[in-house]
Amino acid sequence: MVLSYIVLGIWSFVVLFPLYWLLITSFKLPIHVNDGPVYLPFIDFKPSLHAWRYIFVDLRNDTLRPYANTVIVGLTSSVLSLALGTAASYALVRFEYQPRIGTILLFIGCMILAIVAITLGVPWQVAVVASIAVFLLLAQTIGKRFRRHLKNDDIAFWMISQRILPPVAVVIPIYILFQRLDLLDTRTALVITYVATNLPIVVWLMRDYFQSIPIELEECAAIDGASPYRIFWSIVVPLSVPGLVATFLFVLVFAWNEYLLALFLSSAHAQTLPLTVAAQNATRGPQWWYMSVLILIMIIPVIAMAIALERYIARGLLVGAIKG
Amino acid sequence: MQVTKSTQGPAQAEPGLESPVVVMGRSERMVAWLERVASASFLMPSVLVILFLSIFPLVVSLYLSLARLQFVKGGFKITFVGLANYRKLFVGSEKTHFLGVLADPSPLGWLVFVAVVAGLVLSLVRYARSEGASALGFFWRLVASVITGAGVWLLVRSLSPGGRPGTLVVTLIYVFGGVTIQYILGLVLALLCIQQIPGRRFFRVVFLLPMMITPVGIAYMFRMLTDFTKGPFTPIWRAFGLAETSWVNNPWTARAAVMIGDIWQWTPFMFIVLLAALESQPIEPIEAALVDGAGRWQIFRHITLPSVLPVSTTLILIRLIEAFKIIDLPNVLTNGGPGTATESLTLQAFMTWRTLDIGGSAAVAYMLLLVVTFVALVTVNIIRRRVVEAL
Repeated sequence: MVLSYIVLGIWSFVVLFPLYWLLITSFKLPIHVNDGPVYLPFIDFKPSLHAWRYIFVDLRNDTLRPYANTVIVGLTSSVLSLALGTAASYALVRFEYQPRIGTILLFIGCMILAIVAITLGVPWQVAVVASIAVFLLLAQTIGKRFRRHLKNDDIAFWMISQRILPPVAVVIPIYILFQRLDLLDTRTALVITYVATNLPIVVWLMRDYFQSIPIELEECAAIDGASPYRIFWSIVVPLSVPGLVATFLFVLVFAWNEYLLALFLSSAHAQTLPLTVAAQNATRGPQWWYMSVLILIMIIPVIAMAIALERYIARGLLVGAIKG
Repeated sequence: MQVTKSTQGPAQAEPGLESPVVVMGRSERMVAWLERVASASFLMPSVLVILFLSIFPLVVSLYLSLARLQFVKGGFKITFVGLANYRKLFVGSEKTHFLGVLADPSPLGWLVFVAVVAGLVLSLVRYARSEGASALGFFWRLVASVITGAGVWLLVRSLSPGGRPGTLVVTLIYVFGGVTIQYILGLVLALLCIQQIPGRRFFRVVFLLPMMITPVGIAYMFRMLTDFTKGPFTPIWRAFGLAETSWVNNPWTARAAVMIGDIWQWTPFMFIVLLAALESQPIEPIEAALVDGAGRWQIFRHITLPSVLPVSTTLILIRLIEAFKIIDLPNVLTNGGPGTATESLTLQAFMTWRTLDIGGSAAVAYMLLLVVTFVALVTVNIIRRRVVEAL
């Protein structure tokens, strides 16, 4: 018991001290930062609101617009990816899929043809429609000859593999893609990108939670005539709330903090807060005080969200009592 | 799109058994159709979204990695150069950057290398003599063993005295060092926080905080904290007579600084997912074990640990993949220095990219893709399968 508190206390200090430093730095004048460390407000130094005033009054439009963008893009994309990903991971646990390897290779081949056609100057709508038509034709004739097919695990691995390539490498193609679709510098582009990049994480995390739900419950419901949608929505989802909440927090944070893709896909209109933070590293060196304010206002909503949702990552009170 | 065309129907809930053969109205037919396509409708949206943003970028950057992209007046010009970008990394001008400076292994290095090779050979032999061994399975295990052996050889040679690790080895150090520490810390904290002790909600919320901060922000925050003249620990450094030195001058302290930042930020991820897993494990086995007089350690070893192992392998896989892409911390904290001591592969790709060598950057990124794919495949196929089977 005492040992628990010592460990918990030490780690709390490790976590909280940098945040405390951030907080007091946001109230410091540049002179208090540059002349060596001071620790306690009102005792070591006189707190000043100059940084907060600068961010919220002088830079009002440069702060509030990215703020709104971050909130909208973060929430929309994480709710969407949670919804899509949860359904997909449930399907991967309970249903069996057997896509044929031949069909998949054909599909990839047709897509490559479409890309080549687009780079050669064919309008993208025509190229996409044509390649899909070619694919459907071939799938009906050649595709059926292939016997080997993939399993659910392979689909899951394919999904997680989408996160492997570093964003630095894919950012130019994605830029070109959204340029062609006329979506550059819109929130839609960011939402689409974040949903696609966060889906695999949702799928992988939720798979394990679903696996731990006893199948008997679902079988009972199926015998009583419930549709798969009904089983999913009123049995499986309520039972996996802790996992859902943890996963939601994680994807939210991911979309909230994404930097590199936002840097490329947005300029003035859809800019998000991480770009604003990085922009404070001016030619005069990093402006610690402005940066602290920005980081603080950036983490406050997510922290509020975490506090609000934390209670759902717990089951009944009796459970812990027996374990302790 | 057609990936799951040959989908089988749902495993349970076969329609038709309980629905009597009557003439169905339009809405009923609609419902029946919805049930028939249920398995596809659960999965397809995600597959489509991921497809939309995966094939095109992958193909285009593969092509870019085989080409030289030059910006000319009014656009850019692409010249196909074959494998030149990759050759540069392995035998050309970028070799010391990517692979590092290789030295003859020290006695300790030899010992490690021989031990690893012996272990790999042993596991191969064991597989060949086991029941379900197949030629194809043996072949893939052989490939995996050879690649692992080559990786260890590279580690040993570039970490021996006289050698200098390249970005590949540095990234591996970040990934394996960081993820191990994060997992252990996360598990310990989750186990402590699941206890029914006063103030647990406070701890559970506090431990989540670092994950919430943007990586750029964390990088700047750690730069502030580790500053030797303005940071909060200045008096401590002074007391030890370290105020005039700088931790970024020594490669290993610089790497440690990057890793500490990474651990600080990502332990909460391990913590929250393990906590959720611990909270949703069934309570009955533990009660039964308590009745039978099992001790705390026994319960942890035989009940708690096995129940979180599947989630753990997923967690470790996700963190491995993410950790390979580390860029903000070394970029802001040390700018990759001293020299290239703290540079990760992604940072190398970014820096190459900034010098407008787009092809070279794509080549580095594809090498990273190969390494991560290998590590992820090994994790999924060998470790995860074994863990799940053992249950």
